[in-house]
Amino acid sequence: MGGPATVEHPLPTGSPAAGIADTEPRRRGALGRGWTRAAGFGVVALALAGAALASIAVGSLSIPVEEVVRAFIAFDNSDEHVVVRELRGPRTLVAIAVGASLGVAGAVMQGMTRNPLADPGILGIEAGAALAVVCAIFLLGVSTVTGHVWFALGGAAIAGTVVYALGTAGRSGGTPVTLALAGAALAALLSAITSAIIVLDAQTLDEFRFWVVGSVAGRGLDVLTGALSFLAVGLVLGLASGRALNALSLGDDVARSLGQRVAWAKARAAAGVVLLAGGAVAVAGPVGFIGLTVPHVARAIVGPDYRWLLPYSALLGAILILVADVVGRVVARPAEVQVGIVMALIGAPVFIALVRRRRMAEL
Amino acid sequence: MSVQAQAHDDLPAARGRVTLRLGRPLAVSRRLDLRVTLCCAGLALAGFVVLGVTLIVGEFPLPPGEVVATLLGQGAQADEFIVLTLRLPRALVAILAGGALAVSGHIFQTLVRNPLASPDIIGVTSGAALVAVGIIVLGAGSTLVPFGALAGATVAATLVYLLAWRGGVSPYRLVLVGIGIAAACGAGTSYLLVRGELADVQQATVWLVGSLNGRSWSDVGPLSVALALLLPLAAALARSLDALSLGEDAATALGVRVGRARLGLVAVGAALAAVAVAATGPIGFVAFIAPHIARRLADRTGSAVLPVAALSGAVLVLTADLVAGLVLAPTQLPVGIVTVVLGAPYFLFLLQRANRVGAGA
Repeated sequence: MGGPATVEHPLPTGSPAAGIADTEPRRRGALGRGWTRAAGFGVVALALAGAALASIAVGSLSIPVEEVVRAFIAFDNSDEHVVVRELRGPRTLVAIAVGASLGVAGAVMQGMTRNPLADPGILGIEAGAALAVVCAIFLLGVSTVTGHVWFALGGAAIAGTVVYALGTAGRSGGTPVTLALAGAALAALLSAITSAIIVLDAQTLDEFRFWVVGSVAGRGLDVLTGALSFLAVGLVLGLASGRALNALSLGDDVARSLGQRVAWAKARAAAGVVLLAGGAVAVAGPVGFIGLTVPHVARAIVGPDYRWLLPYSALLGAILILVADVVGRVVARPAEVQVGIVMALIGAPVFIALVRRRRMAEL
Repeated sequence: MSVQAQAHDDLPAARGRVTLRLGRPLAVSRRLDLRVTLCCAGLALAGFVVLGVTLIVGEFPLPPGEVVATLLGQGAQADEFIVLTLRLPRALVAILAGGALAVSGHIFQTLVRNPLASPDIIGVTSGAALVAVGIIVLGAGSTLVPFGALAGATVAATLVYLLAWRGGVSPYRLVLVGIGIAAACGAGTSYLLVRGELADVQQATVWLVGSLNGRSWSDVGPLSVALALLLPLAAALARSLDALSLGEDAATALGVRVGRARLGLVAVGAALAAVAVAATGPIGFVAFIAPHIARRLADRTGSAVLPVAALSGAVLVLTADLVAGLVLAPTQLPVGIVTVVLGAPYFLFLLQRANRVGAGA
């Protein structure tokens, strides 16, 4: 790799990753100008509000929209109102926080590694966080969310460092394939250790199997508030790294010549990813493919400028997880399919389509 | 000597080898590699020792003399049951599955030219797991599990190959499509695990870790027939494997039809892994680690390692199963737990080493 295509883009707003934009005829995205991007942002925010409303209204008990609104302005203790305020409202907030975090984490990772296939799930970061939380719950008996977050952050940081070091080592210096392979190998290792733990103990297995699929069901506001400060710091770090990512996407050398402190910028972005992915796993368990899918959709809308791409990824990530959650509630009524499973079934075809579409696989 | 044969001798694997040719009429020239031969002999010896210990030790320890007598058909009835019905078929399944996984792993690592590759990358394990867990959780009868696993592995591998096809299959696209399919199959498996009854789920989890418990002659039969077909095929493709390990262009220059050779190697590698997984469940890290051990022992790369890899895989699984029986005796652990515990540190060591010398390998 090495990004020959980036020569065409002398400015930091150039192509996001070697191999992504270079073969794309429409590399600017659908919305080219500043004001259309801002207006588009408004539209996406409205879509998010709609998705949130749907997430509150749809389920095993269908609640009309006006009843949803009334539950917030004129609470009357009816079943519907209790469901809205105690179950679906918190669940929706949790989903929004997790989706936005994973969307931004994915976009930052794709910019930082110049790898269009980067995703906290595929690169093993979520697996690291999940294993750490499982160990914390079942071996050390940690039961508070705040406790889980610390373990999740540690696991995410270790797994992320290992995968990044491995995937970018060697003469080739980190192609999408070496990174993805390092991530897949590490994820395999971590899940093998996890199953070796749970296979010995039926009780552990019974709790674990529900935790590990990744779900926003039954997560109350207390779970969210336990991780919120980490997610907030991560979001700030992530969203603030737009300029740095624009420069980094041209390659380390060009970024340096543009006046970026490359190591510092990468460290900041990586800290953001660890906070976002670790926090999200602590709240909802591992949910994959949001970080993979969302930045590509955002890129199609606003082009490769990370200053726009990151906030769009946040909103689109929240929308995607809400839609996936609602789909999971509807398809197997009265039972539910966990959002982590729905996301994998949506995301895997997207991933394969990305792999097939471009020359990227040969970088 | 033809140009092709000469070029073949320039492959890295040819260094430091005692070459013994049996003339041109044979399509595959016979070479005797001293170091490889010594490795094979050593591993075979180690295998026999471990096999002997496996037959002797257990919940009912038997004196070596009685075991030998039983193997010669002169043992007591109880001994015959323990040795010939319980321990021997189990050990044979361990040997056959370990060998198959290791050869498959070596083929994929050489083909993809990445030391982190394993047959899992083409979806074999995840496809097999999805169907096998489905059969266990939905209660369709455990006799169906091997067949279901084999079918799932075949379908998944074919799907990965077809989806990676774009006027040819690049190994990289194969890897990435495989990761995608594995994620989708994994989601299906987790769904089944969440929905199932706890007892079934427990049984499914044991299968997912990889276990030799209760394996009998009815498992040995199909596995040995499959290997009798597949291992010669792997040997026949050895030259293509060496050529492809030099890269696509070099392979073409050496007169290898890249597309066909790759399809053949992927098919044989996937089939080897599939029959092993069908018999035992996915025993973790064997396909990944055994080829590394073999390459270090033999100090070779490419097809010369294949027999060493097969033997090291067999010894690895056999030893791991022996250990799995001893650590928590009388409870018999699934063998996969031991291979993971043994494999994980070695994996990290390899990663660190790959990191130092360059991940390309």
